[in-house]
Amino acid sequence: MNVMGKISNPLALSPADCTADRMARVAAIAADAVDAVDREGRFPQEAANALRHERLLGVAIPAEFGGEGLGTAAIADLVVQLAQACGSSAMVYAMHQIQVSSLATHGVTSEWHRAFMRRVADEQLLLASATSEAGIGGNLRNSICAVEVADGRFSLTKDATVISYGANADAILATARRAPDAAHSDQIMVVIPADANRSLERKSVWDTLGMRGTCSDGFLLTAAGEATQIFPKPFSEIAAQSMLASSHIYWAATWFGIAADAFARAQAFVKAAARKQPNVTPPGALRLSEAAAKLQEMKGHLVAAIHRFEAAQQDDDDLSSIGFAAEINALKVASSEKAAEVVRIAMLITGILGYKNGTPFSVGRHLRDVTSAAVMISNDRILANTSTLLLMSRFDTSLGS
Amino acid sequence: MIDRIRTLLAQNPMIPIDFGALSDNANLYDAGLTSFASVQMMLAIEEEFDIEFPEQMLTRRTFSSIASIAAAISELTAEQV
Repeated sequence: MNVMGKISNPLALSPADCTADRMARVAAIAADAVDAVDREGRFPQEAANALRHERLLGVAIPAEFGGEGLGTAAIADLVVQLAQACGSSAMVYAMHQIQVSSLATHGVTSEWHRAFMRRVADEQLLLASATSEAGIGGNLRNSICAVEVADGRFSLTKDATVISYGANADAILATARRAPDAAHSDQIMVVIPADANRSLERKSVWDTLGMRGTCSDGFLLTAAGEATQIFPKPFSEIAAQSMLASSHIYWAATWFGIAADAFARAQAFVKAAARKQPNVTPPGALRLSEAAAKLQEMKGHLVAAIHRFEAAQQDDDDLSSIGFAAEINALKVASSEKAAEVVRIAMLITGILGYKNGTPFSVGRHLRDVTSAAVMISNDRILANTSTLLLMSRFDTSLGS
Repeated sequence: MIDRIRTLLAQNPMIPIDFGALSDNANLYDAGLTSFASVQMMLAIEEEFDIEFPEQMLTRRTFSSIASIAAAISELTAEQV
């Protein structure tokens, strides 16, 4: 109700209220630091501070819990904005928003999680995720570790091969088996704030080709706390109903933003050449239109997936259908491949100035960052999963009229 | 029909669940049913009962328990449970 009042009252709509303006300020700060973050493989602290300062970490928390209740499309737009400045910062923001979507979707029925959502909004907490584990080979829906619950308290030890920005996060949402005697896929998710009840022992360091600022180190995570910190719904439902779609949508938004910045640099390069020799069509102009078409495909797919998700959110059956999972999986594979193609074309257009670091047309970082897209949850694994789903699901050819 | 479903699923090596230990209403996903195994289950049921699940039935809920699977099959075959 308040939101409607705000929109209809121009006096209340100060520039500080516009999330795009707020993110533009964050992006400017992220852009200044991006080369250092990438070179040193360090956490983009400046961008994280700016996100806090602009209060952009709690925007997707429902308004009744102190947030701004932004939906998937609005958040994806913010991710795209940030990704054009710094891929790592955008990926951190995307992963944070994936955790927030789990809270906002599955935490409202639990007193502890409602209170925690208020904290996220009030204190602008940064949330990370611990799903990967030594010995499970990257399958999200499989855990070896288990929570032990007794007398209203839980304890957990997890050998997490990757916790992106784990050392910099204010809380970690971790998956584990429901109990020591539960099946590997019978998982729960628990919120673990960074307090005295938790310890993180770094086991490996994230020194990678790209996305270097996400600092996705490996940790031994040890935690204890109230049993109420465990989500009331099983992780299988959280994964199917919020995490799968929000992950693929916000990741795709990140890759789209990175590709869009590489495209903009290539476009600037062609334009500069056209200015120097007005009568000659620069050879790269042809490739630029090819890249624009691919970028448009990415955008179309992303927008369609967001609409599909927003429609499915009204209907639990649709959200957990095989057809929906197959469609959302397709977004991940297609956008990760397409982003790499766009950046590769941008590299061909910008030539040696694009290949070289530190020029206005450099796209080396973009190329390294988007290379992560095909391997963060391997495309081959997703294709294999989808091909299983397609044994049952039929392709939806309706255009949504 | 419940017995027929139980026998069918119990003898499928691709579905690693101990159906004997589960009630008709027990949640199969909680018992460890993966999405891969659920597809194997759907294929086996379609073959056994000579039916084809329409797209709107391909949801988590339809295959969440033996009882709900039986209900879906009877809806498609108009057969009594």
